[in-house]
Amino acid sequence: MRIQTVNRIATSIIILCAGIMVTIMLTILGYVLFKGIRFVDWHFITTVASTFNVGGGIKDQLWNSFYLLVITMVFTIPLGVAGGVYLAEYAPDNRITAFIRSCVEILASLPSIVVGLFGMLVFVNTFHWGYSILSGAIALTIFNLPVIVRVTEDALRAVPQEIKEASMGLGVGQWYTMKKVLLPAAFPGILTGIILSAGRVFGESAALLFTAGLTSPDLDFTHWSPFSENSPLNIFRSAETLSVHIWAVNSVGIIKDKVAVASGSAALLVIIILLFNLAARGLGALIQKRMTGK
Amino acid sequence: MEQAIAVKEVYSIEDLNLWYDKKQALKSIQLTLLEKQVTAIIGPSGCGKSTFLKTLNRMVELEPKVRIEGSVRYRGTGIYDRTYPVEKLRDSVGMVFQKANPFPKTIYNNIAYGPRLRGIKNRRVLNEIVEKSLKQAALWEEVKDILHKEALSLSGGQQQRLCIARCLAIQPDVILMDEPTSALDPISTLKIEELIEELKQSYSIIMVTHNMEQAQRISDRTAFFLEGELVEYRLTEQVFTSPVDKRTEDYIMGKFG
Repeated sequence: MRIQTVNRIATSIIILCAGIMVTIMLTILGYVLFKGIRFVDWHFITTVASTFNVGGGIKDQLWNSFYLLVITMVFTIPLGVAGGVYLAEYAPDNRITAFIRSCVEILASLPSIVVGLFGMLVFVNTFHWGYSILSGAIALTIFNLPVIVRVTEDALRAVPQEIKEASMGLGVGQWYTMKKVLLPAAFPGILTGIILSAGRVFGESAALLFTAGLTSPDLDFTHWSPFSENSPLNIFRSAETLSVHIWAVNSVGIIKDKVAVASGSAALLVIIILLFNLAARGLGALIQKRMTGK
Repeated sequence: MEQAIAVKEVYSIEDLNLWYDKKQALKSIQLTLLEKQVTAIIGPSGCGKSTFLKTLNRMVELEPKVRIEGSVRYRGTGIYDRTYPVEKLRDSVGMVFQKANPFPKTIYNNIAYGPRLRGIKNRRVLNEIVEKSLKQAALWEEVKDILHKEALSLSGGQQQRLCIARCLAIQPDVILMDEPTSALDPISTLKIEELIEELKQSYSIIMVTHNMEQAQRISDRTAFFLEGELVEYRLTEQVFTSPVDKRTEDYIMGKFG
């Protein structure tokens, strides 16, 4: 009888907590969408931002968010996955690797504004990259590496030891085992880490204020040479992302419709992150099918 | 008279000692294992029988803090020599584990895994290898129509036969089996025992088992391990009917273990 009572209380508490969590999330999401969705239309998405006039859009900021994400992931995924692979499979179990692990953890808890200021001092000023996509992408790489390293390591460690033994027992070397058995089995976990950190890139503003900058040149979407000043692909140009734009419009904007622009941008950002997550899951399922298939 | 002339050695082991950190797990092991025979290794839990088996394909090196001394010669070459490539050894020495451990891939791809690594890409050749290996492992009839289904959807006994087929696909010379039936029901066990009888025609099989009836049923020779030592190693019949050592007698009579 007592056990049943305790059980019931525990279950109620868990359901209550879950309920509170879901309510908070739905409220925020609903509020952002409700406030902003009416400002999002085709015109808003395809028009450049305006500094003084009413009726500006977020075309360049939207592009910058995506492009910065791609460049960041180009750095983060190989480095992070390789780091996780090393820590899970190759690193000896000693003080040095324990030290590396705590460094990774400390890096994960750095405030993003600190990463941003560090990026400004090192990449923007010392390396003379200026406010640029490259500076921003590397700052975000620093910011996101720990997540991917950690998630990769955990996902690889969660693969049953027996499968690894089976592969090694067939005379297959460590690398082939990693490539053909361990990584495919750990792939769903690694993908989750990648999606989480991609969400952070979309949503990050503090680390980008001082690295990717608050402005964008007028992008010429007919001009794709990566070396041209106003090309969308140039990584040495400054690039205001959507979330930086929300911050900038709200705090230093002088346009009359700044509430509309900020709310619309926020709603759009939420929708994009949602779509991105769904797409990444779909793509991930496809990749995994191919990896385990062959 | 024993017809010793026709029988060749696959392994000869001399003065093999092994430590896990500071604990000695194998003490001065000395024996030869013969070609195209089933050698059973028996003994109570923790006697070093699995450790011994894993020294034969150097899987024991995957354990942390292992130290090995002495000589293990496979077909005349010391496998712990610095220059001996471990991948080449595992080309000829396959292993079947206690718990069936298929890869989370399709049945076909489980079997084709080893041959693919060895550079076989031709679809027709792979198909032949898969069919032949599954037939040898007495699994073909059950899975021939579902080759592209997940291996993990098979039953425990089928999974273990799949693992044997996967091992056969690399055409080994020796097959090491670490209690291959301990997790299986009696019918699956029987099937695997029949399979071992069959495989013995072409392969040398070394099998750890805690099941003494099984050792009696299918092995030619039996080695009894106790506390890291090799106590007795003779023809299975002799070990079980007229053991020389008192400890062997006590063990097979069921007085301990």
